[in-house]
Amino acid sequence: MRSRWSYVYFAFYLLLGVVLLFLNNDLSKAVITLMNVIIVLVPLIGTIFGVMYYYNSQEFTELLLAQPIKRSSIFLGQYLGVALSLSMSLILGLGIPFVFYGLFESSAIWDFSLLLITGTFLTLIFTALAFNIALSNENKIKGFGYAILLWLFLAVIYDGLFLMTLILFEDYPLDKVSLIGTMLNPIDLSRTLILLKLDISALLGYTGAVFKQFFGTSFGLIVSFVMLTIWVVMPVLRIVFKSKKKDF
Amino acid sequence: MKSITVFFIAIFIANISIAQTIEVCNTCPVSTLKEAITQSKDFDTIIVKKGTYKEHSIFIDKSLTIIGKNYPVIDGEKKGEIITIKADNVTVDGLFIINVGTSYTEDYAAIRVRNSKNFVIQNLVLENLFFGIYIEKSRDGKVYHNKIIGDAVEEYNSGNGIQLWYSKNVEIEHNYVEHVRDGIYLEFSDDCLIKNNISTLNVRYGLHFMFSNDDIYQDNTFENNGAGVAVMFSKRIKMYNNLFKENWGTASYGMLLKEINDAEIIGNIFEDNTIGINIEGSNRITYKHNNFSNNGWAIKVKGACYANTFTENNFLYNSFDIAYNSNVNDNVFDKNYWSNYTGYDLDKNGIGDIPYRPVKLFSYIVNRTPETIILLRSMFIDIIDFSEKVSPVFTPDDLLDNNPQIKKLTW
Repeated sequence: MRSRWSYVYFAFYLLLGVVLLFLNNDLSKAVITLMNVIIVLVPLIGTIFGVMYYYNSQEFTELLLAQPIKRSSIFLGQYLGVALSLSMSLILGLGIPFVFYGLFESSAIWDFSLLLITGTFLTLIFTALAFNIALSNENKIKGFGYAILLWLFLAVIYDGLFLMTLILFEDYPLDKVSLIGTMLNPIDLSRTLILLKLDISALLGYTGAVFKQFFGTSFGLIVSFVMLTIWVVMPVLRIVFKSKKKDF
Repeated sequence: MKSITVFFIAIFIANISIAQTIEVCNTCPVSTLKEAITQSKDFDTIIVKKGTYKEHSIFIDKSLTIIGKNYPVIDGEKKGEIITIKADNVTVDGLFIINVGTSYTEDYAAIRVRNSKNFVIQNLVLENLFFGIYIEKSRDGKVYHNKIIGDAVEEYNSGNGIQLWYSKNVEIEHNYVEHVRDGIYLEFSDDCLIKNNISTLNVRYGLHFMFSNDDIYQDNTFENNGAGVAVMFSKRIKMYNNLFKENWGTASYGMLLKEINDAEIIGNIFEDNTIGINIEGSNRITYKHNNFSNNGWAIKVKGACYANTFTENNFLYNSFDIAYNSNVNDNVFDKNYWSNYTGYDLDKNGIGDIPYRPVKLFSYIVNRTPETIILLRSMFIDIIDFSEKVSPVFTPDDLLDNNPQIKKLTW
């Protein structure tokens, strides 16, 4: 089950990469398009896939639980199995066409590696979140509903609320608020990370000192990666914690 | 025989009196430039040999040609102005001038030309300076192949590399200016040609026009300045084939146009600037064949700009193509290539079938609340941009490129 779906996923990214390069004929434009794909699709696929996998293998999991194996290693094993195979599909699926296109001779290689790294982080984060949702909801329909809602919230609604807040409180100094707001959402965080590479000229146009420190130095890059790591570690810890307590 | 000898001597003397050559070196009978100038007559040539000359306040009041061999050093020891030219037809060539005095009441320059005609200043190297080459109330001169390296940090205590004040018809070519306040500054100076210069790392502007008309600048490079070029209160300036690059910062732009009328901006390249061109109160300007790539804002229009035409430019991968702060538009955008264009070309004539709207709702929002820039390229922003595109409310609804190109323009 797992392997078949990761092939589909792999084929999808392979196709996407080839089509993008074929249509655009320009590596830097393709990277921009890819960014949109990565910050929208990768979390969606990670979420759906995680929930689906958990529910599908639930009976097998219960069988495994009867064996003398540590609970945390069963669930962590399942999580890592899904998350890593998805990440591999992403990296190989997008990487192969770009490598053939001549990525190594191009200046876009750093932008591209950054894309893949954030994509991998997003896969890890959203699969973990999906496992959390599935662990907490016995009802499959409910579980799927919550998972989709989570994705919708983080990908779209959050930004809407964020924008409203910024406009509503525009008379106050907002640069700290906006940076913190970004930190709290992994999708926004990944987007900002990529923006640091792609749109640095525009971002430096803003006067705030906090912004300048964040975008003008490698400080921003480091903080973002630390935050992303926290975003992976927290849900994974909750999987371990929850799986120990849960009745089956 | 005697008379022939006398004749020859007479000719010899006459020759000397017409064009004498005076050599200056540390061990020569004439060991300072000042002394040489006092001894010289009009149209003499002074050759300065290699060495260090600690001199300042050198006044050139005769039509002299001063040539430095192997870059002799004129060290002003920070005591004031070094060379002042007050006569017509003076040529200064090949000197290495250092340590100009700094003053808050007088503009000391490494070399100043005052009320002169037909001067030539070439192959100079200027270091540790306050003002570099200062040309005032002069005309018909040439400033070629000079290298000016300053150490300016703050605007208030630094001077400009090459400054023109009330001067006419001066050619400034192949100069290299860095680390001064304004690389090249023109005030009340008309009919000048500024060509093939490189102006970089300056505290304020790479090139700065004030109240100067009918000037041309072309093939220059402005890189990494506080702001690239500021053109203010001037008319009929022609700007051709310049490169504006990496002018980054909160108030930084490749080019600032303020109260400019009837200018031509053709064939320039704007790359990686925070703002490519910032336009304020400028009318009847032609923008053609320019390349705007990877800028934060390619063009930011601040209002009171009428009858400008933007045709056949390339807008490539800018975060924002055009920003307007109002919803009134009187400018024409036509036949440009926009890399953000998403339309189609069914009749295959190379022109997109649906018009392109270069102003996005998000650029309007960012204008109002600058912090929202952090939401750039978010999916939510794409959605509201799309809905604004379908029915414009906040952005000018007649601001359209009706003939967006499908392929990048080459010329």
